[in-house]
Amino acid sequence: MPETYTQPRFAYVRSPDQSAATPVRHSVIVVGAGPVGLAAAMDLALHGIPAVVLDDDDTVSVGSRAICYAKRTLEILDRLGCGQPVCDRGVSWNVGKVFFQDRLVYSFNLLPEEGHRRPAFVNLQQYHFEDILVARARELAVIDLRWRSKVVDVKRHADRVELQIHTPDGGYALACDWLIVADGARSPVRHALGLESKGQVFRDHFLIADVIMKAEFPAERWFWFDPPFHRNQSTLLHRQADNVWRIDFQLGRDADPEEEKKPERVIPRIRAMLGDDRPFELEWVSVYTFQCRRMERFRHGRVIFAGDAAHQVSPFGARGANSGIQDTDNLVWKLALVLAGRAPEQLLDTYDAERVRAADENLLNSTRSTDFITPKTPMDRVFRDATLELAHTHPFARRLVNSGRLSVPATLRTSALNTADAPTARFTGPMIPGAPAADAPLRSGEKDAWLLDGLGGGFDLLLFAPGDNFVAPDAADLAALGRDSIPVRVTIVVPHGRGALRAPAGCRVFEDVAGFAEKRYDGRPGSVYLLRPDQHVCARWRRFDAAAVRRAVRRATCTDSADDVRVAA
Amino acid sequence: MSGLITEPNLGAPDDFYEALIAMHQGLDEARSAKVNAKLILLLANHVGDLGVLREAMRLAREGA
Repeated sequence: MPETYTQPRFAYVRSPDQSAATPVRHSVIVVGAGPVGLAAAMDLALHGIPAVVLDDDDTVSVGSRAICYAKRTLEILDRLGCGQPVCDRGVSWNVGKVFFQDRLVYSFNLLPEEGHRRPAFVNLQQYHFEDILVARARELAVIDLRWRSKVVDVKRHADRVELQIHTPDGGYALACDWLIVADGARSPVRHALGLESKGQVFRDHFLIADVIMKAEFPAERWFWFDPPFHRNQSTLLHRQADNVWRIDFQLGRDADPEEEKKPERVIPRIRAMLGDDRPFELEWVSVYTFQCRRMERFRHGRVIFAGDAAHQVSPFGARGANSGIQDTDNLVWKLALVLAGRAPEQLLDTYDAERVRAADENLLNSTRSTDFITPKTPMDRVFRDATLELAHTHPFARRLVNSGRLSVPATLRTSALNTADAPTARFTGPMIPGAPAADAPLRSGEKDAWLLDGLGGGFDLLLFAPGDNFVAPDAADLAALGRDSIPVRVTIVVPHGRGALRAPAGCRVFEDVAGFAEKRYDGRPGSVYLLRPDQHVCARWRRFDAAAVRRAVRRATCTDSADDVRVAA
Repeated sequence: MSGLITEPNLGAPDDFYEALIAMHQGLDEARSAKVNAKLILLLANHVGDLGVLREAMRLAREGA
């Protein structure tokens, strides 16, 4: 067991639901109190929707699994109210280095520009990460966390889902309008429903050793191909919190997992890597293989799958937990609108469409990384080594080296919720419809602020100030958007030094102190962006037009045809 | 069309062929394989166009 960490035990508390004569019905039940289930419950809570969270265990992750949390995840957690403690507790990093045999091949910076609140990645042991999420979930009083509550049966009906739950007090039944399934890669709920996650099984074994040591290595991701201390295999080193370092050794196909886990096998491998002089202690050891697979669909009526339960990738690229949290970011605002009767159920099918596509992008990237790291034939190996040798001296080959394409959020290019740019708009840069909004440092009065901090949860209109004054009817039209049934909050960005601009009632004004917002959004005066509650761009124009904004909101919520609106039960 | 040139395009074909064979002189099979791989990667980057490269790969694979 870990030396630097004591596993918490969360008390099982009997719920009044267990004494009810008939199954109590809830709006939303979440299965799984891991990072994905907790993120879903927190997001629902911020929409005022109480969720019951069922977890079969009474603690956080045993041992460290996920360790790298990507910038986008940190931004989502900022919106959920726990990004800062994750950053404070973890180790921030931006730089990766790739070694081949005994030489550095190249290094890369995943965030080579200023003006972002969050780094490319924060490394943190999964148990610390979950601790922080559980603490935040407990602050949000509407979340009903039920430990030692194992879902043993699930029945789908047209108007509800019924669950059988096993607890230390025996069984009870619950019903819900919507079930979010975030119970991990093995997903007992998926099995109970007879649904499959299909894909590719990889045969290579990998050894994880988390070691405690004092080391002066910088907080960077170091990846070795065929190093002298571990010939013909790869090794990955990451720094985590509390002087714990993650070492991940590729073991090959024929390794015996039980043998490889023994300290007398593990310690010599680490000695060979670190040298004989460096004292270290073993914190955690495990041997894993992995699969790259997904469910065909993530929405099955009122049962919606997220995270590893829905899709599973190799660990190279940190695309597991990160994509799971993006799933909930995508899902929860849609579910909240459906539950409020403001959008039809078909909006939930766009969760399926958008996140299946994102999962395919993650699967493709993670499969390609795996193929590079674990060549399957002698010729694969020849090309791999040739690429690495060329990369020493030739920049082009560095782009081919694939030690993991690290998690970046999916750009929802093909989403039906996007409104296409007018051809005359001629926007440049990456903030196309479907893109996750880029951050920028701003100022509000005397206070520093971040753009993303002010966005999300509901629809946002980002307006780059068209001039010194807003004249009616624009000012009145802007203010009126906030009173729509699906309200749009207005944020006005003004150039540096123009912070005194008088904003229309109900609109916020931020100064673009360093010009990053204008640059990142191609925000010449008058430009307008419409952002979804998950901070993805869904429409943009060169000038404000309230009718166009409302059409785009209807499109982004599947409410553009009145016939389609069926108010959910 | 992919744009892959299959009509004669080498200015001095015999010189090229001689240089290609010379590149492998004195190498064992494993080293030759790696040198070939490097040559392919260097040329692929020079060509740049994925459509052309895919067409060349398709032709190379034909009958294999």
